[in-house]
Formats: sequence, C-alpha cells, structure tokens
Amino acid sequence: MNIAVCVKQIPDQSVPGKLDPGTHNLVRDGKLILDDSDSYGVEMALQLVDRAGGGEVTLISMAPNGEVSGIRTALAMGADRAVLVSDPSLAGSDALTTAKVLAAAIRRNPFDLVMAATESTDGYTGTVPVQVAELLDIPSVTFAKKVEIENGILKVQRQTESGYDEVECPLPALVSVTAGVVEPRYPSFKGIMAAKSKPVDVLDVAALGTGPLTTSQEIVSVRAAEERASGTVVVDEGDAFQQVVEFLEAIKVI
Amino acid sequence: MSLSKIWVFVEPSESGVSTTSLELITAASGFASTVEAFSYGVGSEVGQILGEHGASKVVVANGLNGVLAGTAIASIMAKRISAEAPDAIFFGSTAEGRDAAARLSAKLDLPVLTNVVNLSLEGGVLLSENAVFGGSEVVSARFKSSGPGLYVIRAKSFAPEARGGSAASVEEVAVGDIGSAGKAKIVQSHVEARSGPKLDEAPVVVSGGRGLGQQDSYQMIEELARLLNGAPGASRAIVDAGWVPYAYQVGQTGKTVKPTVYIACGISGATQHMVGMKGAKNIIAINKDADAPIFTIADLGIVGDVHKVLPKLIEAIKSRS
Repeated sequence: MNIAVCVKQIPDQSVPGKLDPGTHNLVRDGKLILDDSDSYGVEMALQLVDRAGGGEVTLISMAPNGEVSGIRTALAMGADRAVLVSDPSLAGSDALTTAKVLAAAIRRNPFDLVMAATESTDGYTGTVPVQVAELLDIPSVTFAKKVEIENGILKVQRQTESGYDEVECPLPALVSVTAGVVEPRYPSFKGIMAAKSKPVDVLDVAALGTGPLTTSQEIVSVRAAEERASGTVVVDEGDAFQQVVEFLEAIKVI
Repeated sequence: MSLSKIWVFVEPSESGVSTTSLELITAASGFASTVEAFSYGVGSEVGQILGEHGASKVVVANGLNGVLAGTAIASIMAKRISAEAPDAIFFGSTAEGRDAAARLSAKLDLPVLTNVVNLSLEGGVLLSENAVFGGSEVVSARFKSSGPGLYVIRAKSFAPEARGGSAASVEEVAVGDIGSAGKAKIVQSHVEARSGPKLDEAPVVVSGGRGLGQQDSYQMIEELARLLNGAPGASRAIVDAGWVPYAYQVGQTGKTVKPTVYIACGISGATQHMVGMKGAKNIIAINKDADAPIFTIADLGIVGDVHKVLPKLIEAIKSRS
C-alpha cells in the first residue's frame, strides 16, 4: 500500500495573513509550518499503510521557496519520504496550477491512494484535491470522516448535509479527509531525530515536465472588509447573564 | 452590456431545490439574458420555482446509480460546453458544488474562483469579490483567459428573488458512462435527524464549542436554543470530536448563518468559524478566555465560564415565560 499525501506548509495562523500590496500574492516570509488540516491525512495514511502490512507514505508538497520545516513535522510523525516542488515561478499559483504541479509530482512514483485535507487553512479553496484526481484520472471521495480499505476497495463515510453516505471505490483513488477522521499523533523525540535524515526530493517545475503553467486569474484590487466593531465586553461576576437578558430584550428576541 | 448565458449548478433539498441554488439563479439572471440550471435528484416540478427566479431551462441528470453528484454534473456540463458556450458557470460553496467545479476545471483547463461573496459586471466582464483570511480582506478578481470562468459562491451572498417568470423547461439527460471518476459510488445513505428550525434560516442561533468541555454540556445549548425558538449550532471542533452531527456545523465548511442574533458559547472564534457567522445582525459571545478572537466581533462579550453563565441565563429566560 503506497500512499501519497498532499501537504501544505503555511504561515503560522496565529499571525493574521497579509497580501503583498504589489503582487497581491500571499506573503510567505517567516517560518512555514505544517497545515494542521494535513496532519489528519498524514495520520490516516500511516495507519492505512500499517494495517496493509507494508508500503510507503510519501508526502507531496509545493512551495515557492524551498521551505521544508512543515514537511519535517510530517516526516517526524512517521511518513517515509517527501517530494517538494519548489520554484520561484510558483509564487501566486492558483488552485488549478497547484493541482497540476501536485499531480505531476504524484505521478512520478507508483501509488494506490492519494490523501489530502478537505481544504487548506490559509487558502481554503477546497478544489485542489478533486482537481488532482481529475488530472490523474482517478475517482475521488471528498469530506471523508471515516476511511477504510478492504480487499483493494476504499470504503469511506462521507459527510453530507443531512448525515453521511457510505461510498466505495476501487483503488487507485483520492480521498480528502475532515479533521474528524482520526486523531493525529504528536511526533516523538525519536521521530523528530529520524525525520532529519529522511529523503526529501526537491524538484523545480522543469523537472516535472508539465509544460508551461499559467495562472489565469488576475487580482484587480484588495481591500479590508467592513469590520464589525467590537461592542461591550464584561467580566462575569455572577450576574453577567442579566446583560444577555437585557440585550435580547433590546433587540426584541424575548 | 450583459452576458448572454450563465449556467448554474442547482442542488436539491427536501423542499425542492436549495435556497443557495435560488440565490445563484437570481444573481445569474441579473448578469445574463439566459440562465440555465443543471440539477439532479429533483422532479420536473422544480421548473416552476427555477423559472420564477430567472432560469429558462433546467437540465436534470438521471440514472446516477450511486455516482457522486458533483462528478456526474461536471461530466454532463463538459460534454455540452463547447456547443452551448456559456459565459460563466456558478456553483454553490458546498461539497457537491466544489466537487463539480474542481472536476470541470481540471477536465477542461478552466480556472476557478472560490469563496466568492459578490459579483459585478464591468465592461462586459464579471468581477468577483472573494473573502480571504476568514473574511477580513476582500479581493476583487477577474479571469484573464477566454472560455467560461467557474465561480464557487458562498451561501447568502445574494438574496433569492422570485420575479414571476414562466416555468423553466425541463430536459432530462442520462448520466451515462463517465469513466474512472464514476467508479466512486454511494452504497448507502444515512440521515441524522435534527429537530427545530433550520440552522441557516433560524432567526436565533445558539452555538457551542470546545469550551463546553464535554458532550453532555451541549444540552444547555439545545435548551437555550429551544427557549429562544432558535436553532442549535456548533463549531467544527465539536463536530470533528463527534459530539454533534455535521449538520450542526457553522463555518467555512459548514453552514453560513445570518440570524438576528448569534450566541457563541465556549467558541474561541477560529477564522473558519467566523466566516460562517460574522454576517449575523447581533453577536453575543460567552467565553472564558478574554483574548478569544470572538470578542473582537461580538456586540456583547461575556468573559466567563459557560457552565456558570448558561444555567443562570436559561433560568432567567424560563422565569419570564
């Protein structure tokens, strides 16, 4: 069972995001970390390979600047190796360009399953996994809250508006998971040490052989959204519920 | 100068078609002279309501046989796109909508703009406004390339409006063979029932998060919601933890709500949550952590323990009735 897991390295989300005023690209200076949403796919992949009795978990990632600190976190969890496509020309890539790069990187090695998060925490377009699946010409199941593989069949519980669907499909396939799918492990000290010597192949776009990649959307302007002003904040001394009652009265909800 | 044709992916609901779909049809009819809907799992009676909102035709996919809807719709659209040449295609920001847009985009090399919250037509070109960073900034964008652009639009970005047009004609098409993408099949559907008003339509929403500490405490959320004739909601954290079903989730990957009042209990206010509720007319937040981001958008913030504040609040409201 060989599983390719798409992971994204993102700026620390405790610091608000910024767009470069000139290029309108996301500012990605400073340390990048593993997107928390991706830790679930990494964990799920490790468990599936374990249950299958062998195979490899390969991380697939893209970054304009060769950053690997987030990838090392996923390697420390137990992934076997990583492929990082790093090229300055990828700065500001749209979702489809990102998917083309990831699909080309995945295709370089045999795989049974591709794993991804439902969406990234910083860009949250939520389209990249299924775009990758279409480019690889494989079936996809999104919004997975439970994933199993039995006799070469992927079995997924997929969240729906009213509950969930049981979806099955033969491998190879792509599955995108929610944060409810599994509890990710913390990297152990041993894992962190081992991660330092695990292979990370760094490729540029030319090595992928995708041909020219162009982003076909243009950002015209960026403005701050209308801010909601914060209102009154009170510290509860045992009677703050009264203020809630008065507020609900004032807006005629009660 | 308006566009000539826009396609809209219309999703079913228990009452016919989803409200978000009607929002998209209404918006599309403001930009193009012809609006055509693509749907599945609906009867021909939906032609009436789609027509009233501005669609002239609805193409209904039949014979899905368990194939995932987004995949099926993308395949049907892809087969007709070059002959029928729509100027743009609208999708709701739902699981199926994103699946459909993503498949179609990669199949035909068409760009997608996601998290669209507004659209305008300038010089015959659609200009979209997209919320980024959880809605703290708005990016205006347009496509540089030719060919129809795909727009994935967030719920409640436009108001649905029945303008009394005649019923849309209904064309039924078979899904047919859709290749390897069609190998993923639904073998069984499970419905997790919820009672009370619909989360995305209720005038009052009371939501709970991690700060509740344990699953049992969610009962307080349900009780307060019931007393206020509202709907109970939840942060992604407690849905992922399995305390409540996904149908309760408010936020980027859940429901977008715009109630008269939103009461956030034990929710710190991750951007992915705030994007789904910051459009509420009034926001009340109760949270132990005075630095929680939710307080930056709350009209009334109570720094306190939900386990102390909520029981008193519930008693006080009960004693009034």
